[in-house]
Amino acid sequence: MNDKHLQNPLEPERYELTAPRTYHFEIGRRGFFKFLGAGVLVVCALKDTEVAQESGGGKRFSEDSLPKEIGAWLHIGEDGTVTVFTGKAENGQNIRTSLTQAVAEELRVPMEKIKLVMGDTQLTPFDMGTFGSRTTPIMGLRLRTVASAARELLVGFAASQWQVDRTRLIAADGRISDPVTRKSIAYSALVQGQQLVQAVPAEDHLTPATEWKIAGQPVAKVEGRDFVTGRHRYPSDHALPGMVHGKVLRAASFGATLVSVDLHDAEQIPGVTVVRDGNFIGVTAPSKETAAQAIAAIHAEWKSEPQPSNKDLFEHLKKNATEGGDPQGYDSHIEIGSVEKALASADHRLQQTYTVQYIAHAPLEPRAAVAKWDGDDLTVWTGGQRPFGVRAELATAFRIPEERVRVITLDTGSAYGGKHTGETSVEAARLARAAKRPVKVVWTREEEFTWAYFRPAGVIEVTGGALKDGTITAWEFHNYNSGAAGIKTYYDIANQKIVFHPSRSPLRQGSYRALAATANHFARETFMDEMAHLAKIDPLEFRLKNLKNDRLRAVFEAAAKKIGWGRTKEAGHGLGMGGGFEKGGNIATFAEVAVDQKTGDVKVLHVVTAFECGAIVNPDNLRNQVDGSNIQGLGGALFEAIQFENGRVINGKFSEYRVPRFRDVPKIETVLLDRKDLPSAGGGEAPLLGLAPAIGNAIFDATGVRLRALPLVPDGLKGKAS
Amino acid sequence: MARVAQLIVNGHKYAVDAEESSSLLSVLRDQLDLTGTKYGCGEGQCGACTVLIDGRARRSCLTQIGSIGSKQITTIEGLASGEQLHPLQQAFLDEGAMQCAYCTSGMIMSAVGLLQTNPNPTPSETVEHMQGNICRCGTHPRIVAAIQRAAKTAKESRR
Repeated sequence: MNDKHLQNPLEPERYELTAPRTYHFEIGRRGFFKFLGAGVLVVCALKDTEVAQESGGGKRFSEDSLPKEIGAWLHIGEDGTVTVFTGKAENGQNIRTSLTQAVAEELRVPMEKIKLVMGDTQLTPFDMGTFGSRTTPIMGLRLRTVASAARELLVGFAASQWQVDRTRLIAADGRISDPVTRKSIAYSALVQGQQLVQAVPAEDHLTPATEWKIAGQPVAKVEGRDFVTGRHRYPSDHALPGMVHGKVLRAASFGATLVSVDLHDAEQIPGVTVVRDGNFIGVTAPSKETAAQAIAAIHAEWKSEPQPSNKDLFEHLKKNATEGGDPQGYDSHIEIGSVEKALASADHRLQQTYTVQYIAHAPLEPRAAVAKWDGDDLTVWTGGQRPFGVRAELATAFRIPEERVRVITLDTGSAYGGKHTGETSVEAARLARAAKRPVKVVWTREEEFTWAYFRPAGVIEVTGGALKDGTITAWEFHNYNSGAAGIKTYYDIANQKIVFHPSRSPLRQGSYRALAATANHFARETFMDEMAHLAKIDPLEFRLKNLKNDRLRAVFEAAAKKIGWGRTKEAGHGLGMGGGFEKGGNIATFAEVAVDQKTGDVKVLHVVTAFECGAIVNPDNLRNQVDGSNIQGLGGALFEAIQFENGRVINGKFSEYRVPRFRDVPKIETVLLDRKDLPSAGGGEAPLLGLAPAIGNAIFDATGVRLRALPLVPDGLKGKAS
Repeated sequence: MARVAQLIVNGHKYAVDAEESSSLLSVLRDQLDLTGTKYGCGEGQCGACTVLIDGRARRSCLTQIGSIGSKQITTIEGLASGEQLHPLQQAFLDEGAMQCAYCTSGMIMSAVGLLQTNPNPTPSETVEHMQGNICRCGTHPRIVAAIQRAAKTAKESRR
């Protein structure tokens, strides 16, 4: 088998890789003030533990130099404008809004005074990437820390100016006030004429969630007006003077090698530059249409190798599986007690296999980049989730130091874990160097469906044993290929064996919103339902009997109550549930479905999700994320699957690859449990986990047909044996 | 091949220079720098490129400019009157009916088309009309709510 297309260093859940320490203070102190004007720059050092997590070890902050491991910085200008710098990127999760709220809360300034500079490798501190629901728990906390430190600094300025005890001063609405003398001074006045860099260690002056005034509120999307008027410039909208359009010749199939190529006809088209560099062939042209015409005029012969197709997929994954060990460091081989002995003495035993097909992220904005060379310096405007990762890719591709590459991330038309890589950036930069002009590359929908990466397919085998009273005593769980995220069971089981087996994926695969946790939860929560029925115990009661975790119990109970678990249903209707825990979020989803007995059509009528991720930063946005997870999740649960044959994707268009549309959307109710006593966690991923098993279990409840493959009903229920 | 020299967009006459077969989407975005209209699929399946042609919602990716003549084209950039947002734009803001918002222009333009022909759509009529527009972030319920809200606002202002 030819694995050439897999050589791109991309594995599922690559974000769990330990990041290299690549931080550089690019702009320098003088550059900063030149860029921002006078004022006060507050720089926040990372705590040692965070340094260890983020960069694999690092030095302690010292007073005589700027800290090397900087988590965030923030500038307060002479006009009172606050500029905050973070390496995170906005892809529709609305972190620009929630992070602004966090800063506004701690610094005590109105939201509109704050500007976030995000994902610019020259201006913002190094960041591994925007993924894994880490923005809220890590970056949110870090920005709150730097903002609270800045607030304390300003209080100190005012105290020394007024020669009063700082503890009696109050910071509010961009001013420091003294309630005794009734003096008040604006932050802008306090920083007037200063060019001060203040590095602060990460001490905690944080405002507890119970006292939040701006954070915790349903604040609307920052700069929302630009989005409803078409003014916002996404990566694919970016343009530069003198820019031309680039397009790349794609191989006939994955891993195919070029045998021969005739570029003559393409080169004759006016305005077209043809670039050849090994297997890479691309063109630039004054318009996209001309570029496409030039690509079509290239006569290329490819040599393809036979490759697996959908029909062989699961057999292939099992045959090529290894014994375990997750390269990303997930706990992927767990053995507790003796599953064998526990199974032998169990009253109920069950063994089942579940499968999950590849699905595509299909972000509505395809990958896009504009690249511009200035001598050996490269600037790329693009979108996505890993600006510093893209910078590293570019530096490697062109053998130049990272210092010569600047990646500027523009708020992007979504990603869902699908934009960790810099394909268009590399392509645009390669073409721009040859064409000696700025080049823009925007992938077509078909390219996006074929040459991006997919959510991993997988095979999951589960064996379980339970006693008569419903106590689960044995649990064996093997995941082949789809990943180790969420593989551990949160049910309390005395004897467990859980193994992740990496395999050779026939398609390029990578991260996807909620990752393998979706597949693992689907298998686990479906199996739980099957065990409950085997033991003749109500599925909710069965779960709660084996579940000690209070937070998880709370969401199951809240969602059950909301949907009316145990109520009588119409004929052909069914209720089911699925839930779990991942990335700090606890979720339970209940679904009601109706199955048309004649046609086999399955309609999801009602979905209730209860979700808890600590203290809620923005309830409206969280609701949007939870509802969005459920709606996006409908696709992978019901009908999405990449069809491929011998190295080619054969349904790479929206007319052939069905995504959820308006008619598919059920009534959705979301119950948010706000735990102000717990740290905030991210909410964009975990809410996806419960839907697929909830629907599958509801279909069983309605019809007695047990479905163990995702997607569940790409062609309805007809023909599926009971 | 015949070329097109002029298009009327948002009330302005624009000089263009493109083949008749060029897609309106490309001309708007690449020649006129009106990038509010988005590319999503190129096959009329996602609705991100929706504009109004003489008041009717049309997919600009499948519209050849040779077919337009002197018809009035309205894009998302031409919807507000000065600083005053169109009721649908305002309703999308009020309902928070967006996440990444890449589909928003097309959603709003499709909805404008709906309200032109049916000023008081029921939620299910709204769903049917919007079926051709894809949102990958899953804001559908809010989009339906925003359209209902805008219809209500327009009805109240007509009284």
